[in-house]
Amino acid sequence: MARSKQSGELIERLFAGDRLAAARLITLVENETDKHHEIMRQIYPRTGQALIVGITGSGGVGKSSLTNHLIKKFRDQGKTVGVVVVDPSSPFSGGAFLGDRIRLQRHTQDDGVYIRSLASRGYLGGLSRATNDVIRIMEAMGREVIIVETLGAGQDEIDVIHIAQTCLLVMTPGMGDDIQAMKAGIMEIADIIVINKADLDGTDICIRHIEAILSIGSFKEGDWVPKVIPTISVASKSENLRGIDELMDAIAEHQNYLRVTEAFEKVKFERIEQELGLIFKDELQKLVFKGLKGTGKKKKYIENIMSGNGDPYSVVDEILRTYILQGSDEI
Amino acid sequence: MVPPKKIKVLITKVGLDGHDRGAKVVSSLLREAGMEVIYLGMYQSPEGIVKAAIDEDVDVLGISFLSGEHLVFTPKIVSEMQKNQLDDVLLIAGGTFPAEDIPTMEKMGIDKVFRAGTLTDTIIQFIQANVRG
Repeated sequence: MARSKQSGELIERLFAGDRLAAARLITLVENETDKHHEIMRQIYPRTGQALIVGITGSGGVGKSSLTNHLIKKFRDQGKTVGVVVVDPSSPFSGGAFLGDRIRLQRHTQDDGVYIRSLASRGYLGGLSRATNDVIRIMEAMGREVIIVETLGAGQDEIDVIHIAQTCLLVMTPGMGDDIQAMKAGIMEIADIIVINKADLDGTDICIRHIEAILSIGSFKEGDWVPKVIPTISVASKSENLRGIDELMDAIAEHQNYLRVTEAFEKVKFERIEQELGLIFKDELQKLVFKGLKGTGKKKKYIENIMSGNGDPYSVVDEILRTYILQGSDEI
Repeated sequence: MVPPKKIKVLITKVGLDGHDRGAKVVSSLLREAGMEVIYLGMYQSPEGIVKAAIDEDVDVLGISFLSGEHLVFTPKIVSEMQKNQLDDVLLIAGGTFPAEDIPTMEKMGIDKVFRAGTLTDTIIQFIQANVRG
């Protein structure tokens, strides 16, 4: 297929479930080409219906191997699956090594599974800028379940909470004590806490720590209290795997909780709120940078600040005053 | 300076070939050259490789050979790519095989063959000069 194919035709084929069309549309969106907004405008009405599961946790805890099992279970239920896996970009070269597919190999030949690897491209928060758009493209393609796997996140990469309905935080025994679990940030976002590699020493104490912290949490009557599920996602014999069915049950239970309470609406509201904020911030920034580009003023601003003739706050105020408030095309 | 369009590369091994050091080295070097490298790993089938190339919309597909099956798998991968209309994806191969096989491999449809010992700049320059726009 020629690269020059019109995005309109690609969108028609996307609605018919064509994976090549999906792949090319994702590239157009991810690269923020001039077709980006138009594509999203056209597909948006066909999105919003998928079950979205987020998986986060530090590097090496087993996010991808768990994703692998979840794909299998959802496929066994007859559901089509989309998977978005994010790995970090190099801050120096801009390049990336995307290695999550290695753990997802057994699904490569299943037409019911569409997997896309994304590099973070400097975006903070554990995902990439395009992640939400890519999920929407998969929804428009007709995928019923979408699994979003963040890059190896530490303490505060929590953007996945705004996109996923059910958020899994994966940990392993020995990652720290109850003090780590008490810190704000990533521990708070989990709907399900997965203790993976539960054959390691210290599993029991790890579960006790987390349950102890949850027990002093300020949950109100009727709130969802995160479930703690021990799993073993890698084993040389499949009968030694553990906890995958329990994990699937917990996901179903949380989805059910969202449905019977009004939480589902809240989750959808938050996703759109986040989406709007992100697009707005992005476009505003692009607008200003477009005005600055080629003028050499950015360099001058920085040099002025370096030599003590200004500060970043005054510079930004000046830029905003000139550009946004007066609507000038020049800065 | 980060180039505006990222070059996406899929690096993989095919068939019963358990030597992936070269593939990993090349992946790292391409990453350092600013490309986004998807590493598929070992023991892949031609169908699975091409499917991953479609899903990821890669610009370049790189196959690493050491097992001696390069003349067996090359035509299978090329025909799978043609079947799926991936004619604008650059297909490169590298690894250890007899030099006299290179013309055959290129005739079979590989855009460029790099043997072990190739300078990395040669690979990077070839990709940058020939990748689709």
